[in-house]
Amino acid sequence: MKRAIFSFALAAVVGFAGSAASAQTLKTVQQRGVLNCGANGTLAGFGLPDAQGNWTGFDVDYCRAIAAAIFNDPTKVKFTPLTAKDRFTAVQSGEVDVLMRNTTWTASRDTTNGLNFTGINYYDGQGFMVRKGLKVNSALELSDAAVCVQQGTTTELNLADFFRANNMKLKTVTFATADEAVKAYDAGRCDAYTSDASALYGERLRTVNPDDHVVLPDVISKEPLGPAVRHGDDQWFDIVRWVHFVLLNAEELGITKANVDAQLKSDNPEIRRLLGSEGKYGEGFGLTNDFAVRIIKHMGNYGEVFERNLGSGSRLKISRGLNGLWTKGGLQYGPPVR
Amino acid sequence: MSGARDDAPPKVSPFYDARVRAVVFQVLLCALIGYLAYSAITNAAENLARARIASGFGFWDSTAGFDISQTLIPYTTQSTYGRAFWVGLLNTLLVAALGIVVATLLGFSIGILQLSKNALVSRIASGYVEAVRNIPLLLQLLFWYNAVLKALPNLRESIAIPGGALLNNRGLFLPKPIFGAGLDAILVGLALGVVGAIAIRFWARRRQALTGRQFPVFWTSALLIVSLPLLLAAIVGFPVTFDYPEMGRFNIRGGVEILPEFAALLFGLSTYTAAFIAEAVRAGIQSVPHGQTEAAYSLGLRPGPTLRLVVVPQAMRVIVPPLTNQYLNLTKNSSLAVAIGYPDLVQIFTGTVLNQTGQAVEVVAITMAVYLTISLVTSGLMNLYNRRISLVER
Repeated sequence: MKRAIFSFALAAVVGFAGSAASAQTLKTVQQRGVLNCGANGTLAGFGLPDAQGNWTGFDVDYCRAIAAAIFNDPTKVKFTPLTAKDRFTAVQSGEVDVLMRNTTWTASRDTTNGLNFTGINYYDGQGFMVRKGLKVNSALELSDAAVCVQQGTTTELNLADFFRANNMKLKTVTFATADEAVKAYDAGRCDAYTSDASALYGERLRTVNPDDHVVLPDVISKEPLGPAVRHGDDQWFDIVRWVHFVLLNAEELGITKANVDAQLKSDNPEIRRLLGSEGKYGEGFGLTNDFAVRIIKHMGNYGEVFERNLGSGSRLKISRGLNGLWTKGGLQYGPPVR
Repeated sequence: MSGARDDAPPKVSPFYDARVRAVVFQVLLCALIGYLAYSAITNAAENLARARIASGFGFWDSTAGFDISQTLIPYTTQSTYGRAFWVGLLNTLLVAALGIVVATLLGFSIGILQLSKNALVSRIASGYVEAVRNIPLLLQLLFWYNAVLKALPNLRESIAIPGGALLNNRGLFLPKPIFGAGLDAILVGLALGVVGAIAIRFWARRRQALTGRQFPVFWTSALLIVSLPLLLAAIVGFPVTFDYPEMGRFNIRGGVEILPEFAALLFGLSTYTAAFIAEAVRAGIQSVPHGQTEAAYSLGLRPGPTLRLVVVPQAMRVIVPPLTNQYLNLTKNSSLAVAIGYPDLVQIFTGTVLNQTGQAVEVVAITMAVYLTISLVTSGLMNLYNRRISLVER
C-alpha cells in the first residue's frame, strides 16, 4: 500500500540519508530536470488525470507554473497522486518537492507535521451533499445522520466538532480515499457526504444521478487551501509562495497569457518590475529575472487559471467569491514586487 | 582424564583457530548490526529535529477529535489518541478472532468435502478452493462490500426479520438484550451446565473404558448447557427486556448494530482463508496412509468415527503448521479493512492518527510491534497445540 511505502520511505530517508541538507530543493529540482509534485489525482477541478493521462486542475496548474518558472517548460512536472492521509508523509520524506493538493492550512500541519504553507491559493469552507429526496434544507437538520467522510482531512475533524457543538448525534463512516467515500455515499451507505465545498461540486458530478443530489448552503468551517513545502528550505519556500503572488499580481495588473509579450514594453513601473524588465527580482529567488513572464506565458494569470479549471470555463462553474481579487471584494492579495 | 593429552588438538595460532575465528566473526557481525541500528535511530532523531517534525510519544494523551463508526469500548471525539489506538486494536482483534473461527469451520468442512466420494460434491469443493484462492483478497473484499451495499435495500425499505431485527444497507440491527435483576441465576445455570457437561464427559470416558458402552456425550452436553440457564431464567421470570431497533429521522436508533463494513470484511477474510485451510486439511488427510482407514473399518468402525477418531488426529500433525500460517495471514490481511471503511488498527492508527500527528516513525513502529505481538502470540499458542498432538514415541 502506498501508505506503507511512504512510511518506510520516510523511515529510510530520515534514518539513513545522512544530513543531506534539505536546503537545496531548487538545485535538486534543476539537476533532476523535473519537479515532483504531490497532487490529488481524483478531484475534478483541482487535480485529475484525463483519459490520456494528462493532468488538469487548479492545483495542477500551480505545479506547472512552478515548473515554468524554473525550466520555462510547464510539462517538466511529475505528478504523484496522494490520498489525504498519505500526503504529509510524502512531503516529509522528500517524495515530493511541493504538496499541491487542496490542503487546508492548520497550525499543527504548519508545525509538528514538518510543513510550511506558502499561502492560500483557494479560500474554501466545508459543506455537505445530501440526496434531494431527504428534504433536508440545512446541515443543522442532520442529527442522527450517517455521514461518509475521507480520512486524514480537516473535514473529518470539523464534522465531529460541528455535530458536537450543535448537540447532534453523528454516525461517521470513514474511508481512505474520497473515491471510496463518494461511492459508498452514492450506494446509500450514508445520508450525507461532507468535504470542502469546492470538492462537493466536483464529487456531485461523479454520482450516478447528479440531479438527485444537492449541496447544502451551510459552510461549517474555514478551509484555507494552499501549497505546502518541507521545513528548512527558505529559498524553496519563497519560490513556491511567490509563484502564487506572481499569478495574483498579473491579474491585478491586467497581464494575461495573451498580452504578456506586449506588456513587456509597458511603461507601468509595477508591470516592468513584475516582468523583470526593470530590476533583478528573479535573481533573489535563484531564478531568472523573467521568471514571471515564463509563468504567465504558459499558465496565464490567477483569474485565467481559476476560470479555466473551476470557473466559467469548467464544468464546475464556481464563482470567484472569496477568491476574487481584493480590488473586487475578494480576499486574494499579492504583495508588491519591489 | 589422563588420555586427554593425546586427544588434544595440535596447538595452532589463534588466527587459524576455527573456533576463535567463528567467535570473532559473530562478534563483528553483531557489532555491525548494532551500529547500523544505532546510527539509523540517532540519525532519524537528528533529521526529525532538524526538520522540526514532532517526535516522541507525547501525542498519545492528546485529544483525537475524530469519530469512529464501531467502538467496543466507550469512545467519543474528545477521547485521546491512545484511546483511539485501543479502539482500533480491539476492532482488529474482533474481526481476526471471529474470522479465525469461521475460516476454520468452513475450511475443515470444505477440505473434507474435497475428498468426498460424491463427484459433484468434491468438484464443487475443489472449484471453490481454486476460484477463491486465486483472486486477490482486496478485490474480493471490494466485491463483497459493494455486493452487500448494493444488494440490501435502503433504509426506508428495511427488511424486517422476525424477532425485531432490521436489515438494510446501513447494517444489521438486532434487538439489544437488557438484563434486569436475576441475571445471576442465568449465569449460575450456564456455569452448572458447563460443569455438568465436563463431568458427563469424564464419566462417559471411564464407563467406555471399563465396559465399552458409549454414551451420546455431545447431545447431552448441548442440552444441559442450553436448558439449565433457560430453566433458571424461567424460574426467576425471564429478567430480560429488549431494546428494539426503530426507525429514526435518518437512521435506525437503538439495538445492536452490525456494520456492513464489518460483515463484508469478516465474510471476505473467512471465505478467502477457508480456501487455504481446506487445502491444508485435504493434504493432511491424504497424508494418513490408507491402511489406517482400512484397519479402522476392519475393527468395525463406521466411516464417521473412523474420520473423527483415526484419520483426523493423525492428519492434524500435518495440518497444524500450515494452519498456523493461515491464522497469521488472516490477522495480517485484516488490515485491508482500510479499503472498505472498517475502522481497524491500521485505518484508525496509521491512517487518521498518523496523518493528524505527522509522527510516521512512531506510529508505524507501534503498529508493527502490535502485529508482531499478535502474530507471535498466535503462533506460540499453535505451537503449544502442535506439541500436544505431535507423535509421541513410546
